[in-house]
Amino acid sequence: MDETIATQVRQIAADLFQVPLDKVTPASSPETLEAWDSVGHLNLVLALESQLGISLAPEDIEKMKTIADVIALVQERSK
Amino acid sequence: MAEGPIPDSNALRQQVDEAFACADYARAHALLTQLWQLRPDASTAAYLVGRFEKLRGHIALAPCRLAILRSFTVEPAIGLLRAMAFAAGIDLEVHLGDFNTYFQEMLDAASTLYAFRPDVVILAVQACDIVPDLWTGFADLDAAGVQAAKDRTAATYRQIIETFRSRCPAHIILHSLQIPSAPALGVLDATAEHGQSAAFRQINDELAHLARAHKNVYLFDYDRLIARRGEAAWSDPRKWLTARLPIAAGELVHLARAWMRFLHPITGKVCKALVVDLDNTLWGGVIGEDGLEGIKLDEAYPGAAFQAVQRTMLDLYRRGIILAICSKNNPAEALEAIAQHRGMLLRPEHFAAVRINWNDKATNLREIAGELNIGIDSLAFMDDNPVERTWVREQLPEVTVLELPADPMGFAPALRDSPVFERLAISEEDRERGRMYAEQRQRAELQATAGSLEDFYRSLQMSVEIALVTPATLARTAQLTQKTNQFNLTTKRYTEQQIAELSAAPGGRVYNVRVADRFGDNGLVGVVITRQVNEDCEVDTFLLSCRVIGRTVETAILAIVAQEAAKAGAKTLGGWFVPSKKNAPAKDFYRQHALTSTREKDGATWWQLPLPAAALVCPAWIDLRMSPGETK
Repeated sequence: MDETIATQVRQIAADLFQVPLDKVTPASSPETLEAWDSVGHLNLVLALESQLGISLAPEDIEKMKTIADVIALVQERSK
Repeated sequence: MAEGPIPDSNALRQQVDEAFACADYARAHALLTQLWQLRPDASTAAYLVGRFEKLRGHIALAPCRLAILRSFTVEPAIGLLRAMAFAAGIDLEVHLGDFNTYFQEMLDAASTLYAFRPDVVILAVQACDIVPDLWTGFADLDAAGVQAAKDRTAATYRQIIETFRSRCPAHIILHSLQIPSAPALGVLDATAEHGQSAAFRQINDELAHLARAHKNVYLFDYDRLIARRGEAAWSDPRKWLTARLPIAAGELVHLARAWMRFLHPITGKVCKALVVDLDNTLWGGVIGEDGLEGIKLDEAYPGAAFQAVQRTMLDLYRRGIILAICSKNNPAEALEAIAQHRGMLLRPEHFAAVRINWNDKATNLREIAGELNIGIDSLAFMDDNPVERTWVREQLPEVTVLELPADPMGFAPALRDSPVFERLAISEEDRERGRMYAEQRQRAELQATAGSLEDFYRSLQMSVEIALVTPATLARTAQLTQKTNQFNLTTKRYTEQQIAELSAAPGGRVYNVRVADRFGDNGLVGVVITRQVNEDCEVDTFLLSCRVIGRTVETAILAIVAQEAAKAGAKTLGGWFVPSKKNAPAKDFYRQHALTSTREKDGATWWQLPLPAAALVCPAWIDLRMSPGETK
């Protein structure tokens, strides 16, 4: 796992969902982070795209169930 | 000069936490603003909003209630917008309408829109949502069908705005409709008489017309924003189809910025004056080293970058923004360049205040604000030197310091991009303001060289024209009663309607005073309102703009008012002096003109004198004219 990307993703999620960085773990999901609702999900996708310079397809977006999924996806798309 | 180390965003965040820890909220505000300039993205925005929520109550923020009625997803832009607003000192509360419910929300008096009591409404409606038949079905329409679609759309907007306006005075920002970039007729569309692009342009013209016809309604040229950013970069068709979001992730910040350009002037977060450096800001090079022939300022590269800055400043000047200079230089050399250099588009007469010396810039900026009689928070500062910018930011956090790129080709765009010079209306007075301030500076210079005060008055060659108010001057007359604070004996505020009534009342007179001198025309700068009952004439209002006070104009006016009252049969002239927080300059006015105080009431003093008053005459150095006007 690329630690830089993992940290960047966790930091973006922490900012957007307004929680401290250490509260965002690979296991974090809409069930554990209160602000991760449907609008939060869209905001997360857009922040990843604009801040990490990647493009996510609708199929990708559906697969983002946990932070671990998001990190794996961003790594895939950053290649 | 070398740039200081650029702090990264993590370091800034740490400093923000430290500022919070020691309750230094002003510093926290400044750091958060700096952080936003460094990294204007969604996660910084979320961080900023979280921190600013905690600053509320500790720093001055202008509250603003914004309703956004929309036909597409704007949620991801809201965080960016609120962060920008906070950084600008605006505490934005946002109400979002549901998709495509703008029509019902505006028409239904019981809707959540009205319950929200907005200060500002943004109508973010897309072309493809409000006129789908013109957007995707254009090829199926004949000329009559196109006309019907245009008329129906214009009528919808008219109905929405008129209904809303009848219930709520909030500002309304209308999005213009996007013009299709791949029209149904292909290349022929641009030429065709009833083309698709033309149809949308005509609807947009109707929207502009509608905005002009209603107070506080403005057209935001959304189509031009897309064109500026490039439609290919702006659009994200997949997000549109899956999330009703037509705008690409990286472009949302530009939509929020465009909205801010309206919110700045609406909430008064604007600057009245732009103070500029000279070397490498107004021209390329250093005048003290390169000399008049050596500085770069012409139509060719690289001098063109500086002419572009000057051209942009001229636009601001004509918009009513005051220009001033703050430069470390030898004044003689720098002033020679401004007056003589062939490439200069700005000349000495464009500058209302000039500080060319070796003092530190914060001190000079404070002096400039004092000389122009405006607050330090009304100043914007532009300097190519990052060290000077940092110094001013630290010493005077109230000043808006423009961030400039290293390349001078980017200076003019940076100046144009600043939202603090936006205005939503430009009056005749705004257009004349720069000239008037520059003339004021020349007067002050003359006073410094003239010997006695009387010589100075004489050298001004003042002429004062007094006339009764007319329908054409009602608005300016009312405005003066509302805005004049210093030389104002009673500080009564009147609307146009009230001025008209005072003028029409039996025995009532409303005088307008115009003052001109050798430096130019100051325009309508004074108002006197009198009411005569039998043989007593009462001065209800006596005010003079601070531009002309202290030049004996007030003596001339009082003399003619007394004369006119005597002519109408009055035996006494009297008036109240009502002290306010700001009208100390007018306190001794009646005493100095031989009126006597006879009674007091609630802190106010009544002054009067018998008529005719032979001792009350117009000073010899003023050319005074009473225009006949309409007789009553």
